[in-house]
Amino acid sequence: MTTPRRIAVVGGSLAGLRSAEQLRALGHTGPITVFSAERHLPYNRPPLSKEALVEFDSATTEDLAGRLAFRRRASIADVGFRLGTPVVTADLHQHRLTLNSGAELIYDGLVIATGLRPRRLAAPGPERGRHVLRTVEDCVGLRAALRPGSRAAVIGGGFIGCEVAGTLRGLGHDVTVVEPAGAPMQRVLGTDLAAAVQRHLTASGIDFVIGTGVVGFTGDDAVTGVELGTGETLGADIVVEAIGSVCNVEWLDGQGLDLSDGVLTDNRLAVAGGPDAVAVGDLARFPNPLFDDVPRRVEHWSIPGDTAKRAAATLVGTPDDAAPFVPVPAFWSNQLDLRLQSYGSPALADAAHLEEGTLDDLTGGVIVTYRRDHRHVGAVAVNLSPARLRELREAFTAVEVSA
Amino acid sequence: MRVTVDLAMCQDHGQCAIAAPLVFTMNDDGKLEYNGNPDDSERDHVEEAADVCPAQAIFIED
Repeated sequence: MTTPRRIAVVGGSLAGLRSAEQLRALGHTGPITVFSAERHLPYNRPPLSKEALVEFDSATTEDLAGRLAFRRRASIADVGFRLGTPVVTADLHQHRLTLNSGAELIYDGLVIATGLRPRRLAAPGPERGRHVLRTVEDCVGLRAALRPGSRAAVIGGGFIGCEVAGTLRGLGHDVTVVEPAGAPMQRVLGTDLAAAVQRHLTASGIDFVIGTGVVGFTGDDAVTGVELGTGETLGADIVVEAIGSVCNVEWLDGQGLDLSDGVLTDNRLAVAGGPDAVAVGDLARFPNPLFDDVPRRVEHWSIPGDTAKRAAATLVGTPDDAAPFVPVPAFWSNQLDLRLQSYGSPALADAAHLEEGTLDDLTGGVIVTYRRDHRHVGAVAVNLSPARLRELREAFTAVEVSA
Repeated sequence: MRVTVDLAMCQDHGQCAIAAPLVFTMNDDGKLEYNGNPDDSERDHVEEAADVCPAQAIFIED
């Protein structure tokens, strides 16, 4: 290991935390400082659309953030967390960051981990009653807005949208999901499984409006309805916008980086055109030779940990640098009585095959596998016994990596 | 090393059984079984299991 160097981690969520841990695990002894726009130590986000809306009696954002906080390893006891301290600009060639206070600081190595924020609907109408779900503040805000019998419109039929819809339906609210593109989660699950999930969730009391978008909101002070592209108005006093995300990369503007979709990196997470900088987590756009040589961002919970491990090695330089980085993306999603689990990148597929079970009874257990050019690229299981998940992951050990 | 799993938090995702199969297994009922006193040689795998647990239910007490 060379002389201890000062490493700045910009972004204080899972990817930033894991980066700090991995740097220490690799023997980096120099100062590490994490700069976070959030006011809380890193916390686990998946429960925000599920149990944190239901079970937890955490009244305040501080309570909830504390409850969901990741445990802090002893190895990072000396890592500084600068909370509520966003980095507003960077000069990657001078190795300089500027904080929101105007203070400047110099680093030797940089970890870019600023992640995503929810995309908002650009539609006219009142703001009150419109929610997103990314932070503990969002979660507490949505929970506080719910009333017995609230009518909720979830805009966007992706995974977050369907999870929130399931959770709110489970709480007894009227829930309608509005999705212009097709059956829920269709882009990832493919048409057949997506249609089956839609049938199941519909039978559980969730309404779907498919094939039309939102053009505005009715109401004076607060939302009373959602104006659809069809001209109809859907009555709603709670709107949850779950239409995807925007990368928090504005602070990197003007540095000559490719920020067209997250932060472009090589396979080792080194930022293209950014000296001594790596990118991790949701915004890292890297090629994965498990699939092909096209750089992609992957918004799965497993990716912050995987990318942090590889990026830390890149930043401090370790002997096994030559091995290609081939993470198997994985995610899960709980929606009422369904648990979906995915390995790989089903969204890349040109063909889906029902391996096991029947699409008419998802709760009985289903496996769908996905291929592109006859090559395995992913598998999705619905309500499969956890004892069998290993099979889905190990399907990738048979995939030839052409790096 | 000592390992405990908060079974009230555990949601039987089974990720630990993939990361550290000698310590964590999912039984035929889909429920977690684990060795609370694994050999120290398993430490890396157990730490990985704790990291990848979606419910963050695995506690390592050295």
